[in-house]
Amino acid sequence: MKAQKFWPWLIVTLGAAYFLIPLLATFIFSLRMRRNEYTFDAYVSVFSDPKFYATFGYSLSVGVFTIIVGIFVVVPAVYFVRLRMPWLRPFMEFVTLLPLVIPALVLVYGYVRLYGSSSLIPFTGSILGTDILLTCAYVMLAMPYMYRAVDNGMRTIDIGTLTEAAQIMGASQVQIIGNIILPNILVAILSGAFLTFAIVIGEFTIASLLNRPAFGPYLVGIGTNRAYEPAALAIISFIITWGAMGMINVLGRFAPRTSARTD
Amino acid sequence: MSASNANRRIHWDSLAVFPFVLFAVMFLFLPTLSLLGAAFTDREGNFTFENIADLFTDQIMAAYWISIRVSGASAILGALIGLAITLAIIRGKLPAGFRSAVMTFSGVASNFAGVPLAFAFIASIGRIGLVTIILRDVFGFDLYRAGFSLFSFWGLTLTYLYFQIPLMMLTIAPAIDGLKKEWNEAAQTLGASPWQFWRYVGLPILWPSFLGTLSLLFANAFGAIATAWALTGSNLNIVTVLLYNQIRGDALQNPGLGAALAVGMILITSFANVIYLVVAARAERWMK
Repeated sequence: MKAQKFWPWLIVTLGAAYFLIPLLATFIFSLRMRRNEYTFDAYVSVFSDPKFYATFGYSLSVGVFTIIVGIFVVVPAVYFVRLRMPWLRPFMEFVTLLPLVIPALVLVYGYVRLYGSSSLIPFTGSILGTDILLTCAYVMLAMPYMYRAVDNGMRTIDIGTLTEAAQIMGASQVQIIGNIILPNILVAILSGAFLTFAIVIGEFTIASLLNRPAFGPYLVGIGTNRAYEPAALAIISFIITWGAMGMINVLGRFAPRTSARTD
Repeated sequence: MSASNANRRIHWDSLAVFPFVLFAVMFLFLPTLSLLGAAFTDREGNFTFENIADLFTDQIMAAYWISIRVSGASAILGALIGLAITLAIIRGKLPAGFRSAVMTFSGVASNFAGVPLAFAFIASIGRIGLVTIILRDVFGFDLYRAGFSLFSFWGLTLTYLYFQIPLMMLTIAPAIDGLKKEWNEAAQTLGASPWQFWRYVGLPILWPSFLGTLSLLFANAFGAIATAWALTGSNLNIVTVLLYNQIRGDALQNPGLGAALAVGMILITSFANVIYLVVAARAERWMK
């Protein structure tokens, strides 16, 4: 029995060392801003920078819009394809797999070329337009995760029966989606939303290439100019990511356990 | 059901799917096609293979090659290590509750990528990182004099593993759960050693999922830029950094060449994912 447990423990211990040492080292490093003393000075410095709040607030609001647009794009599509147009499913699977295949950097290159200020749809011609383009780019970036979350959510409820029942009661299509389907897959949607949030909040590539004052480009700027603040920001980012993932875990406990009669 | 009713239903259905299709066209298909077109167009707007041919210069080929090596190494190591840890956790009879804690951590770590990850590794094993200093002052071992650099192939690979291993663990765990206990018992009853069980039963069943995740990890690392950018600035000549500079300020001084560079990236990640799709299709047939 002992020998059987030796290898698992060794592997897990080595793995834990690889994952925990950088976190611990970063945390201790972030406390050493002042010589020969452990202080939270680096954190004070981060939290007293108005640009921290400005960029974080910007990314936060783009994240919220990304989630809202993502829900509007994904939920009705998944619902109707599951219910009436199953032949479109392979297309949806393909589309939602593509953002994992085509690097975001390549897509944003396409956007810049296609939607430049002198093009037919000049997204990047105005600040509002660029913000919209950034939001849409993030919706695409988070699409694989949002789609899978919503699709899993709909698999666990019997949307066919729910829809028929609602129709017999005289509900309209909008009512069915808004009042019946949405509340039933709320947990799944929120999981997708928090995952989207975790992806968007520190995103660097697209935001920096579209020249928007987001949190990711701000982080890179701090990284080139400061020594201890980046370590503090890494810890803060880790806590934010932990928070978003923790929310998904907590929400998972509220997910409906009944499975659909038909799939 | 009357004809007008059926019509209205079709109208409704397409209206609901329309935003999704519009998004796919505007933010996925058209941008990709536009790059594809630009890759085969010269400055005067004529069709040309010149841009593709121009990719075969030392600088660009070196960039592709480093990217492929870093992505390949971090994918293979990430997949192997991730598999070992997941097997240890699920099949290693470790204390209950351990698994959910590790999987939650994996969810966090797989999303803890980009710029903050680079910061964490700079603070740990950068030139003045804590681990570097401790190794030097306490153990008398100078990492950087021994030839290590965070801003090199191995440095980047080591950093990428931080999100590659957890991603492997999250995707392979369901496949390992699929290994039924009965198979193990049946093998034991027939006198198979644990080694024989894994060699002839366990690993052949896990193999398709393993390969599939491997290609996913490869594409994941190949398209990554934020971590590399924050680690090395524009020092390391990987293909994403090259393309980033091209988008910023036409660093290659030829828009067509930039588009060709991007198309080359898509080709490489698609190749990895075609393998994934073929293997996944085979795996599904297997599992039925």
